[in-house]
Amino acid sequence: MGEPATKEVLNLEDLQVSGGVSTGRKHVLSILSENKPGVLARIAGLFARRGFNIESLAVGPTDDPSISRFTLTVDGAAHPIDQVTKQLHKLINVIKIRDLEPEETVARELALFKISADDNARAQIMQFTDIFRGKVVDVSKRSVTVEVTGSDDKIEAFEQMVRPFGLIEMVRTGEIAVSRGRGTT
Amino acid sequence: MRAVDAIIECLKAEGVEHVFGIPGGANLPTYDALYDGGVRHIQCRHEQGAGHAAEGYAKASGRVGVALATSGPGATNLVTPIADAMMDSVPTVFITGQVRTDLIGTDGFQEADVSGITLPIVKHSMMIQDPREIPEAIHTAFHIASTGRPGPVLVDIPQDLSRADIDYEPVDRVNLPGYQPTTEGNAKQIRLAAKALANARRPVIYAGGGVISAEAAKELTELGESDRFPVTCTVMGLGAFPAPHDHWLGMLGMHGTRAANYAMDEADLICCIGARFDDRITGKLSEFAPRAKFIHIDVDPAEISKNVPAHIPIVGDAKKILPKLTREYRALESDSARLDGWWERIRNWRDKHPLRYEDSVDSEIKPQWMIQALYQATGGDAVVTSDVGQHQMWTAQHYDFAKPRRWINSGGLGTMGFGLPSAMGAKVAMPDEQVVCVAGDGSLIMNVQELATCVTEEIPVKVMIMNNGYLGMVRQWQELFWDRRYSSVDMGSSPDWVKLAEAFGAKGVQLTQKESLVDDMKEALAEDGPVVVDVRVTPEENCYPMIPAGQAARDMVG
Repeated sequence: MGEPATKEVLNLEDLQVSGGVSTGRKHVLSILSENKPGVLARIAGLFARRGFNIESLAVGPTDDPSISRFTLTVDGAAHPIDQVTKQLHKLINVIKIRDLEPEETVARELALFKISADDNARAQIMQFTDIFRGKVVDVSKRSVTVEVTGSDDKIEAFEQMVRPFGLIEMVRTGEIAVSRGRGTT
Repeated sequence: MRAVDAIIECLKAEGVEHVFGIPGGANLPTYDALYDGGVRHIQCRHEQGAGHAAEGYAKASGRVGVALATSGPGATNLVTPIADAMMDSVPTVFITGQVRTDLIGTDGFQEADVSGITLPIVKHSMMIQDPREIPEAIHTAFHIASTGRPGPVLVDIPQDLSRADIDYEPVDRVNLPGYQPTTEGNAKQIRLAAKALANARRPVIYAGGGVISAEAAKELTELGESDRFPVTCTVMGLGAFPAPHDHWLGMLGMHGTRAANYAMDEADLICCIGARFDDRITGKLSEFAPRAKFIHIDVDPAEISKNVPAHIPIVGDAKKILPKLTREYRALESDSARLDGWWERIRNWRDKHPLRYEDSVDSEIKPQWMIQALYQATGGDAVVTSDVGQHQMWTAQHYDFAKPRRWINSGGLGTMGFGLPSAMGAKVAMPDEQVVCVAGDGSLIMNVQELATCVTEEIPVKVMIMNNGYLGMVRQWQELFWDRRYSSVDMGSSPDWVKLAEAFGAKGVQLTQKESLVDDMKEALAEDGPVVVDVRVTPEENCYPMIPAGQAARDMVG
């Protein structure tokens, strides 16, 4: 432990709190867990009983079949994010949690929009689809279904554009994310 | 080897000598293995009793307590002890039988999804899916239950898998990539904490049950004595610092002493060790210790800044951190005279507001006197368990616990009916110690069936009923906060405790005279077998002092 402390004066007033403070922004948590039965239930149950709200959740395998990845978005204004991650860490099956910094992260979400479309509307919708680099994946006489991939902002922007035509259904996968650069997430 | 025989081998390898439980259909194979397996099984009368006995065993000895139950209702009867062990961080392993794998999900006879039911109240749980997993699962359960912040671990084993043949090889290590508790404590943070203590003019050390779990009572005392640090403990921490002691403020919280609560209120630095700022400690959170900065030492990082933001968080094992903190603090050679004013203030509170009560004018036994008499009759050195309510708080206030693991109660969950089975478990773990259960008459009846276990298994616990004929704490709240509208708190005249004790084969005694109470208690304690002592106390006595729920320390009444 090295040399003992020196006798310099420490003003108690200068001590700052550490943790327990809300950040006020959205957080994307990337969680690696053992691929064992019940892990999803444990994570979902933890959020429910601690009163944390999950905004979106995507689960899938990783390159290692014994490990799963959860990508979870949480509102850091509603809950102190360090309390959320510390509680998640207490789950024995959770191996690693990373709170991804927005600037250093590539995040994507896929959404399917089923929009009501007559002959006039269809052309306009396809124009928006092009602008958003989406894809028409199904067409019928009175509807068109579009696939859009991107950040949640982009998907929400597309939704705003097509809602006036009559949005029949929308399905979103929830965000998945990796860190930028060579290092692993 | 059958998987169940491997379970017994694993238990023995973990040093288990006693398990508590009840057999049933789904765990018949386990009980067949127990028949001549070499581990003593205490056959309880209700699975809840078995679970609390395992807790009492663990709390008294520091070793992992084990309880077994069958599937369905056997397993669901363990839910309360599991939740209790979670709240109070008790190292326990619960092994439940499950219906055969081909019946799972079919609503089979005695099927219940116990893993699902207990998911929010376990430190970890494992549902066995392959018999070859069983040995490692058992060792994993013990490892998780007893390390880091201790807690309950459930292993659920389908009946057909438990009787399968496996190649058993002793397991010497478990593989848990996501579980590595931090123990050492950050050296820089410890140094900062020492400096903060050296610069504090109104410090308080606030210790909880974590100090006892960490076996760090001696280290806590050394820190407290490294200067004139005032020390207070939670109800779970009593015994971690020796009472009475010059530095001892008494218990803090809802029924704590005024000295302890006022000191917290005026402190400029609070050093919290192994405690969690529960609402029974803080009262109104926004008015809790408004002038204080906080050092928070805990092995569970999630406790830090959960309720009260910490200024100096230190994650790790108190047993390792406290000696370093004491050493760093001593090296600063801080001038103790800075604490003169603080001690003057504390002494003033102590003198003005000692724990007191009005004695009866006749020979009626006041509940506070009952606990003081028990202290005298046991020489202050018994292992004391309790149920939950007024008697629990009076015991905490008036039985000065000088050593750790002498006070066993349900603090977090507040489980009535905890006292008798936990005393039973404590006595099995520590057969040479005097084990006394201070019971409430409302609580004891909830698990009174375990008297049969005490008699048949020859576990000579002594039960002291603080009999006021009421659900006393609820009655007190109805008196103080609900206009004395006593709703469903009168216990009536049933049972006749002496006859009930005798029906179970135990000895029963009723005591009503305050003058001879100490001697009468001594006589009962000297009996060889289990004894139930029905002590008749003042029916409508209130437990004071008290911080009314949701108020601040300054608002203490009584």
